[in-house]
Amino acid sequence: MSAETTPAAAVNDASLYDVDNPAPVIEAPRKRTKKTPKATRTNFEMYGWLFMRLSGIVLVVLVLGHLLIQLVLDGGVSKIGFAFVAGRWASPFWQAWDLIMLWLAMLHGANGLRTVINDYAERDNTRFWLKMLLYTATVFTVLLGTLVIFTFDPNIR
Amino acid sequence: MSTPTLEKVEAEAQASPYITVTFRIRRFNPEVSAEATWQDFQVEIDPKERVLDGLHKIKWDLDGSLTFRRSCAHGICGSDAMRINGKNRLACKTLIKDINPAKPITVEPIKGLTVLKDLVVDMEPFFQAYRDVMPFLITKGNEPTRERLQSAEDRERFDDTTKCILCAACTSSCPVFWNDGQYFGPAAIVNAHRFIFDSRDEAGEQRLEILNDKDGVWRCRTTFNCTDACPRGIEVTKAIQEVKRALITRRF
Repeated sequence: MSAETTPAAAVNDASLYDVDNPAPVIEAPRKRTKKTPKATRTNFEMYGWLFMRLSGIVLVVLVLGHLLIQLVLDGGVSKIGFAFVAGRWASPFWQAWDLIMLWLAMLHGANGLRTVINDYAERDNTRFWLKMLLYTATVFTVLLGTLVIFTFDPNIR
Repeated sequence: MSTPTLEKVEAEAQASPYITVTFRIRRFNPEVSAEATWQDFQVEIDPKERVLDGLHKIKWDLDGSLTFRRSCAHGICGSDAMRINGKNRLACKTLIKDINPAKPITVEPIKGLTVLKDLVVDMEPFFQAYRDVMPFLITKGNEPTRERLQSAEDRERFDDTTKCILCAACTSSCPVFWNDGQYFGPAAIVNAHRFIFDSRDEAGEQRLEILNDKDGVWRCRTTFNCTDACPRGIEVTKAIQEVKRALITRRF
């Protein structure tokens, strides 16, 4: 009636473990204990969650509009060149569009990656350094992009 | 090999309700080996019986060392949540005929908690999260001389989340909990919901504050694994979203 398909595995290392010397169990990652810190009483996570929803709605309009203008309308991608960009950034409207898109997209993406790191990084050290790398990259990109949008010189040589 | 013989065998098979089912069980015994292995058992069983009956047959007739939890065996105590054919279910509420007995039925311990032996896991982190949301009535002032009355509508508000049996099927199906046990998990939030929306309770604010933390409701990714897993049919994800909404409307 019974047919055991894997009876061999237990026999091989039977000498290693017994009743007095059991094998180590595999602990669940970062399990909750009595020492788990209690509430920090900040609303950061709530604002982060809200920001993702609100910026997402705005980004749908901004990014799809951006892609449409850049890639589809009026000759498509082949029209994009230095002159095209210079012409667009002469108008404060497109400057504002690109600035808002840059900030929202970078913060939206960074917050998303932050949650991914929080979910998947197991060790506190890995978690910390991955987040530091993420924040550095975000700040650098946002500042550089903002600088370019505001100081763009169409007569550059 | 003549046709009449075949027909006779088939007729016999139809007369008997029993079929042969293969149970593929994830075995782990730290006193024997550090490795968990799959072990197959073939059991003659009526397909209208439950997976738990199959486990009983194995434990009582084939291999007494098979270890699993079960108490009431009727879907109330929540002891026998396990991963059957890759989904978290109660072994005592899963009929063999409903999960394709033609193929081997895999039975594993629930994920995200430390496996102690075979299908038994360490539930302590799960209950610690449960305790941390204060799942008991908190009121101010003098105790009334009679029971605390409540309208039918007020009771209806949190009716769904009173059904929880703390089997951990939802929490151990949550991908966030698998990776980070610091997350409260669906079950703790469901049991906080039960008191947050109870008109008789006066510590809803306190519980909301606990769940507003970084390991609270904002870590929920709304994958609906918990709603799918709940053997009591609680709309777990909806309850979590209601707590989120309460947190947001509280502030704005």
